[in-house]
Amino acid sequence: MPGEDYLGIKEYKVLGTRPIRHDGVDKVTGRAIYGADVQMSGLIYGKVLRSPHAHARIVSIDTRKAESLHGVKAVTTVDDIPVPEKKVEDLGEGAANMVDLRANVLADGKVVYDGHAVAAVAATSAHIAEAALGLIEVKYEVLDPLLDVREAMKPGSPLLHETLTTESLGEDTGTASNVATHFQHKLGDTESGFAQADVVIEKEFFTDTVHQGYIEPQNATALWNPDGRLTVWCSTQGSFTVREQLAGLLQLSPVNIRVIPTEIGGGFGGKIRVYLEPVAAILSRKSGHPVKMVMDRDEVLKATGPTPGSYIRVKMGATNQGKLVAAEAYMAYESGGFAGAWAEPGAMCIFAPYDIENVAIDGYNVVVNKPQTMAYRAPGATNAAFASETIVDEICERLGEDPLEFRMKNAAKEGTRRADGPTFPRVGQEEVLKAAMASDHYRAPLQGRNRGRGVASGFWFNVGLKSSACASVNTDGTVSLVEGSTDIGGTRTSVAMQLAEPLGIPAEDVNPVVADTDGVGETDVTGGSRVTFSTGWAAYNAAQDIIAQMVERAAKYWEISPDDVAFEDGTFKSRSDPSKSLTFKELAGKLNETGGPVVGRATVDPQGVGGAFSLMIADVETDPDTGKVDILRVTMVQDAGKAIHPAYVEGQMQGGAAQGIGWGLNEEYWYNDDGELTNASLLDYRMPTCLDLPMIETIIVEVPNPGHPYGVRGVGEAPIVPPPAALANAIYRAVGVRMNVLPMSPGNVLKALWKSNGS
Amino acid sequence: MAGKVHVTTNVNGEETEFLCEPRDTLLDVLRDNLGLTGAKEGCGNGNCGACSVIVDGRVINSCLALGVEAEGCEITTIEGVATPDGLHPLQQKFLEHAALQCGVCTPGFIVAAKALLDREPEPDEHRIRLWLAGNLCRCTGYDKIVRAVMDTARTMRETV
Repeated sequence: MPGEDYLGIKEYKVLGTRPIRHDGVDKVTGRAIYGADVQMSGLIYGKVLRSPHAHARIVSIDTRKAESLHGVKAVTTVDDIPVPEKKVEDLGEGAANMVDLRANVLADGKVVYDGHAVAAVAATSAHIAEAALGLIEVKYEVLDPLLDVREAMKPGSPLLHETLTTESLGEDTGTASNVATHFQHKLGDTESGFAQADVVIEKEFFTDTVHQGYIEPQNATALWNPDGRLTVWCSTQGSFTVREQLAGLLQLSPVNIRVIPTEIGGGFGGKIRVYLEPVAAILSRKSGHPVKMVMDRDEVLKATGPTPGSYIRVKMGATNQGKLVAAEAYMAYESGGFAGAWAEPGAMCIFAPYDIENVAIDGYNVVVNKPQTMAYRAPGATNAAFASETIVDEICERLGEDPLEFRMKNAAKEGTRRADGPTFPRVGQEEVLKAAMASDHYRAPLQGRNRGRGVASGFWFNVGLKSSACASVNTDGTVSLVEGSTDIGGTRTSVAMQLAEPLGIPAEDVNPVVADTDGVGETDVTGGSRVTFSTGWAAYNAAQDIIAQMVERAAKYWEISPDDVAFEDGTFKSRSDPSKSLTFKELAGKLNETGGPVVGRATVDPQGVGGAFSLMIADVETDPDTGKVDILRVTMVQDAGKAIHPAYVEGQMQGGAAQGIGWGLNEEYWYNDDGELTNASLLDYRMPTCLDLPMIETIIVEVPNPGHPYGVRGVGEAPIVPPPAALANAIYRAVGVRMNVLPMSPGNVLKALWKSNGS
Repeated sequence: MAGKVHVTTNVNGEETEFLCEPRDTLLDVLRDNLGLTGAKEGCGNGNCGACSVIVDGRVINSCLALGVEAEGCEITTIEGVATPDGLHPLQQKFLEHAALQCGVCTPGFIVAAKALLDREPEPDEHRIRLWLAGNLCRCTGYDKIVRAVMDTARTMRETV
């Protein structure tokens, strides 16, 4: 139930402060245990044999020599994974078709990308396991790879999967094709919309596969006991999501699977689907040992789930008065080797910052010979905003409008209908724009040759999903909080703060613990910018449960009716007798004499999720001789609803900005014509270092989300959306070329410059 | 397989002996033989800095050194940065500035920053960014990390 204080009128004691995170000391002293740090007696080590081909039929696999190598304890292939029912599991951010998941975990007759897992070995040392991989003999019949989304879409193109048929507008067409899904959204009538327009811009945009780039590689340690009970330690965004996938793949009941989430070294959407977990489990079952598997970096880049490259065509029209009247988008996203659905969220976001009456969107998800794609921070939206936000900039230029004022004139607001259906509740796009206009950065002049300033908006809808929390009151008035959201960026603290605030205790008096799948109620992934929103709400409700129980205890202690007890500002009081008053701490000390422990619990699956708008202002200098882009100054503005822990909100904004800058300027997968990934290292897959970036200024806007007790909106994803477009707009103002390809690397910028000056 | 080699070294002020294969990296030895799992393997080829340790006063990627090379060296890992009296000022400032999110790169950053401050007490922002450019962080955008290091340097200068 949303509280009446959501409008932010109330003064908070805990919310909005910046306590030191509860897990902080473990993380600055090296004590925190991440997935690769797990140790136990009898541990052996697993390694995966991967395909050197992007597209090939597997003729045969002979594992006999590997099995006979001294020290090898087990070898496995897909034959050890039972054929699952055709079932799709919702992973919270994305879904998993169990048949595809099985064939992705270990190839089933065909490899569909460079690095696709083919077999795995467990041995007494990682060195021996590695040596054994070299003894596995695989015969391939190599096929031509399909690497381009538009090639793969062409009728008559070779098929990645003979059994894949296109689902169009929700129905299976029965037509075998590389197009997995096709969808449309329509609002109004774009034909008549464009007829009203005085300026119409239409362009094509090309973006490449990029990776989340978390610093900790995927890992899993599994122990399958002879009694049939499986325990898995891994770093994951969702322990319950791992359990669900393992239950489906290994055909086990969830009661026989315990997933223990370790600390997780970054995820950004990439640590939701399982890769090693089922393989380690099978190797453990076959060997009788616990098996630990950790990916190398090249495996992470080649064979986990990066986010799609895309071909996008956008057309937008506006009147001379500066009103956007129509917009169309054609969005074709690479799914990778198996079907995926990242064009959909892209379509939900592409025109979301604007109130446009006439919109048409055509979306396609297409399989190609690249790794099966996965979520990456506002999945689909960054590709989309690169297209729409650079076109908006060009319209502003044609009309002679200030880009922020133009966006204000056309801003989405409460009541604006999005083309994919929903009507916005209270949202903060106008407030974000106002804050950007008033910012020191936007008002500061930018001078110098080859310098330019660009802005771009971004939107992410955020998600709710299931969360659980359980909180025990200690007799000194502190509280032990157990929750299920793996903590990637300080959420133990942002969740604990939402328990502390209603109880009237400091954040430090709560000890938050992330439990395993047997230690807490079901909790969905740390994804969709949902943890501070949903798990925070569960903690808030657990606090309400504690308060309700402690009101009863106060009544018992004072021998009065519970109706006579009020709880205000951290104190229990008798309404009729002001002399009766106990602080939360004092009453906690009396629990054992009034009936024993008090445990508050809550599970939530909230619907009142609030979308978040973000905006980047970027100043760049572009070297016209080399095409290199340097960032001079950058500011992120974002609506957080209510910033529970402002330092961690800033951190999300800065981190998202940095990833978006990397995507905009450097990062891309380089495939050669054979479909081999040629830059599978962190030297060649070039993520921003601290030398590439300036300080990242942040402006937090708080337009409370009416759907949450404290007005919280998700903050994690929206900041990655604007950067590539903002940089493209800045580059245009610096050197006069409109970029329509990502990344805007020196080579690509130079190509565009040469094309524009005819050299 | 080659036989194991006996190595005598000094880790975090303690004389330490271990046996390792000649091909084992220093990172493998620290993590698997000595149980010091604070240094992380993010890439295994010297590009991410998550395995940073200080060897004889120089910060190195321990994934690019062999265990046998540790013979006679003095090694400081993240586990040796705090003292029984409490956290190192860098550790405290990382916490106060919220300079970590997932935390997996944090040991490497703190070790690398310590190596900088041990030799240069007054680095400016550019110097810090240059020094830490061998350490990748994917969560923070580096802003709060650089501020934490600048603030540490300031505080340490004031308290000397």
